[in-house]
Amino acid sequence: MAPRVGVVVFPGSNCEHDVVQVVRSLGAGAELVWHHQGSLGGVDAVVLPGGFAHGDYLRPGAIARFAPVMEAVARFAAEGGPVVGICNGFQVLTEAGLLPGALQKNRGLRFVCATIDVEVATDRSVLTAGVTPGTRLRLPVNHFEGNYTCDARTLAELRDEDRIVLRYVDNPNGSVDDIAGVCNAGRNVVGLMPHPERACDPLLGSADGKVLLDALLGADVTH
Amino acid sequence: MSDLSTFTALVEVQLRPGITDPAGATIERALPALGVQTVRGLHAGKAFRFEVEADDHASAVAEAELVADRLLANPVLEEWTVTVTGPVDEERARSAGSMGGMD
Repeated sequence: MAPRVGVVVFPGSNCEHDVVQVVRSLGAGAELVWHHQGSLGGVDAVVLPGGFAHGDYLRPGAIARFAPVMEAVARFAAEGGPVVGICNGFQVLTEAGLLPGALQKNRGLRFVCATIDVEVATDRSVLTAGVTPGTRLRLPVNHFEGNYTCDARTLAELRDEDRIVLRYVDNPNGSVDDIAGVCNAGRNVVGLMPHPERACDPLLGSADGKVLLDALLGADVTH
Repeated sequence: MSDLSTFTALVEVQLRPGITDPAGATIERALPALGVQTVRGLHAGKAFRFEVEADDHASAVAEAELVADRLLANPVLEEWTVTVTGPVDEERARSAGSMGGMD
């Protein structure tokens, strides 16, 4: 049976329908999961989409992480379920403590809206399984707080454990070690600033995002 | 029946040393336009003011520190200080007392 992907909607999310549309075009099921829900309804994978959850008040993701659905997401992640946070979703995952580090304001206080190149740094994550490391993908970025930061010990851990998932070829925001995406120790929770769901049709300038979402849909869902 | 008192908390949140503060740097760069050449080391931060119902001052501080550490600041990027004053009622009483003295 085709996997079902739950796409979480916070007040202020604005990329949820892009994710749903792309997941369906790739042959899987997709449904919206409201932030007040305490259950994920038995989905096989979860995406936290981009946007401005709770208006990004206080800090991006700072309020969203207290949503009832996040307890369900944390349980799902602890059981090994695939969870991907895109852009604002990445910020929510770091605030929730499901991924290490934090995303601070871009270097130079510059909002970045561009299509950029990233390099797949590892194939050992639910988003990059089967994608050869070194593969370059052209993906849009669209953020103000995308400057990935962590302490030196965390960075050493991420490197030693091969948990840096994507790196920018030409760093647009000042992220430490050119990090565009990381995963947790279990490799089933991934956060990334670029938007693969906006790069799944040549009409949109790139279809490179498909390999990542295909990998997610093919991820082992027998957790 | 509750014996709780009301305290006032001020939480100040600043970026940790070493974390780039582009807002602070940008504000500092604007100062020469104002004719101010003497200001250095300007840092932008956030301040939060709220009331806490608590048994005593120590409990109010503990509660405000929890709020600061778990919600108002992200410990990866930021550090915080908490200042708790009160109880408000005692201050009101003192203030009322002094006003009474003016009659």
